[in-house]
Amino acid sequence: MNSIKIDNLSKKYGNVVALNGVHLEVSKGELFGVIGADGAGKTSLFRVLTTLVLADSGSATVDGFDVVKDYKAIRSSIGYMPGKFSLYQDMSVEENLEFFASIFGTTIMENYALIEPIYKQLEQFRNRRAGKLSGGMKQKLALCCALIHKPSVLFLDEPTTGVDPVSRKEFWEMLQLLKQQQITIVVSTPYMDEAKLCDRIALMKDGEFLKVDTPQNIIEQYQNTLWAVSASSMPKLLKELRQMPQLFSCYAFGNVHHIALRDNQLSVEQLYSKLQSLGYEDVVIEPIVANIEDCFMALEKKLTTNIE
Amino acid sequence: MGKELQKNIVIKIDNLSKHFGSFKAVDNISFEVGRGEIFGFLGANGAGKTTAMRVLCGLSLPTSGGGTVAGFDVATQSEKIKASIGYMSQKFSLYDDLKVWENIRLFAGIYGMGSADIQQKTSELLRQLNFESERNTLVKSLPLGWKQKLAFSVAIFHNPQIVFLDEPTGGVDPVTRRQFWEMIYDAAERGITVFVTTHYMDEAEYCDRVSIMVDGRIEALDSPSNLKQQFEADTMDEVFQKLARKAQRT
Repeated sequence: MNSIKIDNLSKKYGNVVALNGVHLEVSKGELFGVIGADGAGKTSLFRVLTTLVLADSGSATVDGFDVVKDYKAIRSSIGYMPGKFSLYQDMSVEENLEFFASIFGTTIMENYALIEPIYKQLEQFRNRRAGKLSGGMKQKLALCCALIHKPSVLFLDEPTTGVDPVSRKEFWEMLQLLKQQQITIVVSTPYMDEAKLCDRIALMKDGEFLKVDTPQNIIEQYQNTLWAVSASSMPKLLKELRQMPQLFSCYAFGNVHHIALRDNQLSVEQLYSKLQSLGYEDVVIEPIVANIEDCFMALEKKLTTNIE
Repeated sequence: MGKELQKNIVIKIDNLSKHFGSFKAVDNISFEVGRGEIFGFLGANGAGKTTAMRVLCGLSLPTSGGGTVAGFDVATQSEKIKASIGYMSQKFSLYDDLKVWENIRLFAGIYGMGSADIQQKTSELLRQLNFESERNTLVKSLPLGWKQKLAFSVAIFHNPQIVFLDEPTGGVDPVTRRQFWEMIYDAAERGITVFVTTHYMDEAEYCDRVSIMVDGRIEALDSPSNLKQQFEADTMDEVFQKLARKAQRT
């Protein structure tokens, strides 16, 4: 059964197209990632699905309920953690949790098992005001509050933005635990490396999905052979590679540059000698498997080239 | 650090601490940054990065210790420091309801540049950025990637010795993020020292040297390749995970 079904959904704010005819189905119990930069339309999508704004056209259901007609039913059956911190700063950890439980007509004890692994890390601060918690702790409390009524679908809008790599990893470990409870989780993120932790993802840009699939399938569908190039003087190398017309793409990736060659124009051996003759030392060119960021940039590039 | 860099130290910090009551936000840190160096200032949330950066930018006084930034003392010459540096963060960069040229003029004026100078350099900058057609556009209607390029250009418009970048690439798409780093490289090549914080560990690889703060202290400081060797890690992400997992503060 589908947890979420979206059909041709569009939303504009003035001239800005936030959602441009989006289609999507998310299955029950799926951990689904919406991956894209600021302004891609992630939050607009979440706000339509959580019944906080109306779409201009198209339709959507959550848990079988229509986002317009059955908005009340949706509001009581979903959990939503907005991008900005959503707790009451001057209430304690425990008060926040009790408050959210009572709004949804339940108690902390009723669904305690669900939040236990997360709340245990917070319990020593139960009497501390939410406003006095560290960023990581606030995030954990917000997650507990979004879960306290045992929602069937959990919407997390950029829960890890601005969060350091260690806390991000911990947060995703918590999501894996929740997934085992058969809760459908829809999570948005601008961090492409988090894509691999989802069952399926949508790569989003300018209000549209570039691709919806499992991370593995998206990576396997990457069309070019990708090479990692490194040598002395990486910034200079990047500029010079960019100017070679035989290269389809060239992007910096940490300590290497990822390049894709155009078909039959330049072999890797030729490139190697060319770089050596240009005076680069320690030239290394190795084949590598694309990651989601490579795929995102390739799909984006294909889209803009087609338009041109 | 190479010999050439040692001759040209633009940030020199010795035993710097900043306490808030009993809380040691910054706990006795020391480091130096050379002219034209790209210095990555990493750490987990709450490790003390922002507090340290505020002291370096002349916005907050150290509790003990200190040092110089652009040759000026962080404890006694904060106004001079402010005039010699540039600053950009993801959150605050430009005034949305001012036009592109108005933003440039405002910031350049604040840094004491003369009108003729501003006019000439504005034209140069807009040409370099391919922004001439956007001269009169309100900043709020620019795409995010453009805003960022403009914000960075404005931060170094008065040719500061050092530019401080506080998570400049958060939430930006992958291509724009990379273009932004190319601007950073160009600035460093022109001799501007770049002091940058980021949560993207691939960006740590683009830095000449990286420091990692844990619980107010600098636990590691070296080039990315040396750090990876030292911590027997393949990536900077692994180095970071190994160090920051030890943090007591949460």
